[in-house]
Amino acid sequence: MHNNVLQQVRPVLRAVAETVVPESRYLDDDGWVSLEATVERALSRRGESVQKQLVLFLRAVDALPALRYGRRFRKLGYVRRAAVLRAFESSPLLVLRRGFWGLRTLIMMGYYYQPAIQDSIGYRAHREGWQKRRTIGESPPTSGEQAAIILNDPDLSTDDEGGMRDSLP
Amino acid sequence: MIEVSCDIAIVGSGAGGGTVARELAPMVSQGLKVLLFEQGPELGNDDFTGREHDMAEALYEDGGGFLTSDGTMSLAFGRVLGGSTVVYTGTSLVAPDRVIREWCVPGLDHADIERRSRKYMIENNVHFLPRVLVNENNKLFFTGCHRVGFRAEQFPLNLRGCRGSSLCNLGCPNGAKMGTHRVQLPEARRQGVEIVSRAEVLRVEERALAVRVSRKPDGAKGLESPWPPGEYRVRARQVVLCGGSIGSTALLLRSEPTRGLRGLGERFTCHPAHILVAQHDHEITNDVGHPKSYYLDRSETDGYVLETCMYFPFVTAKNLTGFGEPHSTLMRAFPRLQMILVLACDKATPGNRISVDPSGRPVVHYSFTKQVIRSFVSATRTSARIFFAAGARRVHAPAADPPLIDRQDAYRIDDLIDERHFLPGRVSVSAAHLMGGCAMGAPGAAVSDSRGVIRGLPWLRVADASLFPDSLEINPYVTVMALADRVAEGLRETWRLEG
Repeated sequence: MHNNVLQQVRPVLRAVAETVVPESRYLDDDGWVSLEATVERALSRRGESVQKQLVLFLRAVDALPALRYGRRFRKLGYVRRAAVLRAFESSPLLVLRRGFWGLRTLIMMGYYYQPAIQDSIGYRAHREGWQKRRTIGESPPTSGEQAAIILNDPDLSTDDEGGMRDSLP
Repeated sequence: MIEVSCDIAIVGSGAGGGTVARELAPMVSQGLKVLLFEQGPELGNDDFTGREHDMAEALYEDGGGFLTSDGTMSLAFGRVLGGSTVVYTGTSLVAPDRVIREWCVPGLDHADIERRSRKYMIENNVHFLPRVLVNENNKLFFTGCHRVGFRAEQFPLNLRGCRGSSLCNLGCPNGAKMGTHRVQLPEARRQGVEIVSRAEVLRVEERALAVRVSRKPDGAKGLESPWPPGEYRVRARQVVLCGGSIGSTALLLRSEPTRGLRGLGERFTCHPAHILVAQHDHEITNDVGHPKSYYLDRSETDGYVLETCMYFPFVTAKNLTGFGEPHSTLMRAFPRLQMILVLACDKATPGNRISVDPSGRPVVHYSFTKQVIRSFVSATRTSARIFFAAGARRVHAPAADPPLIDRQDAYRIDDLIDERHFLPGRVSVSAAHLMGGCAMGAPGAAVSDSRGVIRGLPWLRVADASLFPDSLEINPYVTVMALADRVAEGLRETWRLEG
């Protein structure tokens, strides 16, 4: 079933994604490919029954609004789409709440795993840590800080202000 | 089926397995053959990229998305050489005296746990981080606690050469965290313990293990297994299980020698956790520096612990309740976010347990008790006060509806954050301290005794957090190492007596 799961429900998945993460509507083709590949990969770790449940849940999300609004989910505007998803999110039925939570989690994984998206929200963690921040001029290092970073010497700080201690507890 | 024999087989390489391997390694020079099997891969230094999307999949079981049976909580545990010591933050605490007394395990006392814990704290270079390396995310927590009348305590950490990447939970890309993959396992290997990665132990048999060694999948991180792919039957005079609460328990549940063992799978606890987020008006240093410098221990009085934390974009997004524009607005404020991790101290409850499905895969059954929900709500209210006292403009509280609380509403915290808004399946709850399943207790009555020996099977021991008969109420790895040290000592004694 791997690589074919989303093919069956792509339009409604994208409609849900654009409601859960509104900025996703600005994704280019590569962005959508990346999002869907991440979702497919996550699904491939699960059993076939989970994959079928996802497809079934997406079809229900698409079909149920017709009862109230006379249109499928993917044909609704943002406000009505959000109202539909909020109803799932706060449903008295656990199976609907967890179905939405799972779908929402997959979409957020597909979106926020993308390095370009992480950059765009200002996430800057880097393996070089403090040194990286200093090399871009954010905060010039002192010689003592440099030594602490390199040696991680616990004796460097003996200042008790801020609750710091320097010996093995 | 390939037949292999050894004297001692160790299953798992985390805090328990790494410790047992290290402690038994000197016996190799006396002629004993010691094998260690790890289901996950052995990663090389270059594999640790710090990138969320590839490290989560490489390091965690199910990419960190292992769910409880009703889907209301995700459980995070390592599936890599070094186990969860590769993905923790290195916080190193000694078990509270009160908790060990409440466990009431015959033959186990706090002084012994403390003595052994300190041995590993020295071995793992545990110390307090120098003040200059503590970031603003952590300092704001300390300040906020102080302003609302609490004294936050500093975490001792097992670091050597920390550069402040903030990426601890994705496996330190600088090798600075002193997990078993950096300290105990290399030493054990140097002394002759044979470590076999990508080796899944399918079941325990009478003084033997059924093991499946797998090939490295295409495009996956890590080294090939040192053993050729295939099915093995490993005969061992002694077996020590260190696969963690879920791994060891599930292995015993699908094994013939322990079939029907009373109590097996029960007494599962896990410190269910929320990530709380607050937005400041200005940027703070949050995704640089060690993420976890302080904690506030309210376990004894209120049933929770607050810890500083900093997570990555997807984990953060997943843990915020809600969706759409309010959610996105908060995510776009990432450089201005302060975070607190709420750990609820749960208690062993009859329904919370581990089982296996017909294919032998572990299933974790867990329901939030009223006490846990009360602790979550109480902890969230306290955290909101700490955030606002530290200067936050607004706070995201999962147990509020809507979850965002602005500063001008801070006086209504007790009304806005309420148990009725804690709706399982709507709020994200995750847990990383998985405990119990093979609980210690009185010899002949519990699954295991205080030395980890499984009831009625003197050749089979457990040395991991599955031994805990109830919640530890703190980060558990040091206590796991202390217990594993006891197990290894017992094994050495058995060996000496048997000649």
